[in-house]
Amino acid sequence: MSYTLNHLKTLEAESIFILREVAAQFQNPAILFSGGKDSILVTYLAKKAFYPAAIPFPLVHIDTGHNFPETLEYRDSLVQKLNAKLIVGSVQESIDNNRVAEEKGYSASRIRLQTTTLLDTIEKYKFDACIGGARRDEEKARAKERFFSHRDEFGQWDPKNQRPELWNLFNGKMQVGENFRVFPISNWTELDVWQYLAMEGIEMPSLYFSHKRKVFDRDGTLLAESPYIPMKPNEKAEELVVRFRTIGDITSTGATLSTAATLNDIIQEVASSRTTERGGRADDKRGESSMEDRKKEGYF
Amino acid sequence: MEMQKTNTTSVEKFDSSSYMNMELLRFTTAGSVDDGKSTLIGRLLYDSKSIFEDQYENIRATSERRGEATVNLALFTDGLKAEREQGITIDVAYRYFSTPKRKFIIADTPGHIQYTRNMVTGASTANLAIILVDARQGIVEQTKRHSIIASLLGIPHIALCVNKMDLVNYDEAVYNKIVSEYREFATRLKTKDIHFIPISALNGDNVVNRSKNMNWYEGVTLMYLLENIHIASDINHIDLRFPIQFVIRPYSDEFHDYRGYAGRIVSGVIRKGDKVTVLPSGFSSKIKSVELDGKELDEAFAPLSVTIQLEDDIDISRGDMLVREGNVPKQSQDIEAMICWMSDKPLQLNGKYFLKHTTKDVRAIVKEVKYKLDINTLHRITENVSIGMNDVGRITIRTTAPLYFDAYTKNRDTGSFILIDEGTNVTVGACMIID
Repeated sequence: MSYTLNHLKTLEAESIFILREVAAQFQNPAILFSGGKDSILVTYLAKKAFYPAAIPFPLVHIDTGHNFPETLEYRDSLVQKLNAKLIVGSVQESIDNNRVAEEKGYSASRIRLQTTTLLDTIEKYKFDACIGGARRDEEKARAKERFFSHRDEFGQWDPKNQRPELWNLFNGKMQVGENFRVFPISNWTELDVWQYLAMEGIEMPSLYFSHKRKVFDRDGTLLAESPYIPMKPNEKAEELVVRFRTIGDITSTGATLSTAATLNDIIQEVASSRTTERGGRADDKRGESSMEDRKKEGYF
Repeated sequence: MEMQKTNTTSVEKFDSSSYMNMELLRFTTAGSVDDGKSTLIGRLLYDSKSIFEDQYENIRATSERRGEATVNLALFTDGLKAEREQGITIDVAYRYFSTPKRKFIIADTPGHIQYTRNMVTGASTANLAIILVDARQGIVEQTKRHSIIASLLGIPHIALCVNKMDLVNYDEAVYNKIVSEYREFATRLKTKDIHFIPISALNGDNVVNRSKNMNWYEGVTLMYLLENIHIASDINHIDLRFPIQFVIRPYSDEFHDYRGYAGRIVSGVIRKGDKVTVLPSGFSSKIKSVELDGKELDEAFAPLSVTIQLEDDIDISRGDMLVREGNVPKQSQDIEAMICWMSDKPLQLNGKYFLKHTTKDVRAIVKEVKYKLDINTLHRITENVSIGMNDVGRITIRTTAPLYFDAYTKNRDTGSFILIDEGTNVTVGACMIID
């Protein structure tokens, strides 16, 4: 008998181990749920980790108010299906309470504002660990992220002074007022995620699959026509066959031309793709270390 | 560090079912400052088509902005702002690529002396270590230090790559001399499976494609080795060790009396009906079911995460361990271990620390520092010993409750623990238990 596991089963075992460590080591953890495939995967892995008990963490959605309607539909049906608890932190509310000021201009985005809403939500509910779907292959600042990532009382990440993480021993000890971000799928790549979703037959939001949509080109990114994105006079929307490789705030999520209609089509497409999935993200184009800067301030 | 662009215009059709048989291999890369480590990683990623156009464009633009004449591939592996500014690697960075046979996780660790702690971190979970030697320099102090750390951390396989062969005219004699020198040194290492490959990362010789410049070399390429080296036996499938991580109690009508023990099998195999012993209570019971997500498994093995139900209602909690009768780990409160120290504040003799071992948390006091190891020579220093940042030594500790452990050489999970500073909560020591 040969006891070998394929890479997907090995990754699954690791992620479930991390999720159970969170439940064991922290008092009040939560899953940060964006509606994207990575947070969907984390949620399904959490269901597996604790079945037949319910997922012992609420899903926290930091809502910029600029959503694709499909994202909210999927979120609500998933919450119902898994009998999970949902908490929504609203960026609109942070703006209304003068916690943050709305950016102005054509490329105005609420991405940066999300950080304040997130930190306020963490404080309000006293979460001591927030589980996120970030992966190390996504972006260069994330390549150095720990599974258990310590945040000081200001919610900040100190990349030069990270705790060493050895073997399968995860140190979640902290002082009062500090918290952790935990990334159970750190070691997965985009392709691993899709392969696993296909292997498990998990239903995904329709935005990921090819569909007709009115989009316009801005600096090489195809943005969806939407009331939340003011178009410049020279910009013109046209109907194209597209899908989204990542799903985030509608103002910064770029579409790609694609005819991939099934999970297997997507696997084919990702496997032969020549650009990264974040290539379509306007929020990463604001400077070479924009992700690192946002992370230091307390971004996901 | 420039790399020649290879032709990547042809993209093979991805076989959508083949990934179900892919294995996962974790390796570390270690080398001194200028021996071409970043170039090698860049080459592996590039030739396996794991570098995307926008990533390439990004570093090309950055190189240009900084006034560098060529595309600096080290930028692929240097993620943090401070590192890009200073041109050094501060922290372990993780890289991913895959071929149709395997998925690879690279723990790319810095080569500087002061960052030994990162090398230890990267090595702790690796199946294989790539150690780079500059063909012009031969075996240097850092080569030995990296090898000793790989051996100490129990990495089962080493690939010693003699790099920059292009700069010594692909000379077989230069390569042979380095190999024989390393072989002699390696007799002192615990790692027994060592492979030697002459390469040029810059030109791609013997990295992914066979070199036409070294016909005298009859071995395999580095990529072939990474794809084919036998790793299934690296996992211990004999000694059952199942540390309880979490107890699942649904408290629902449907699962009113359900009590599942969640955990990861760190070694061994577990089947329905198996007789097991619970530590520390010593009670025996039988496995009622092995399951995950409500699906029963006939058997499960390391490193799977599963949920186990027992036939008998026994009081079991996190930190306890299920083992097989007649194959139990050692139990003691007095433990000898090799320690790698990772804090600016030196190890305190008689100091108290938090200790994490498998899923168990205890406190520990350092009773004795036996010696400090010179990790360049393996020489033992016994006089006026102080264990500071990046030092390796042998210590004796006493714990508040017994640990259930195996020697690190037999089991990397039950043979390892970490020490945590009680004031700052920072991980300060990585420890490997000695038999």
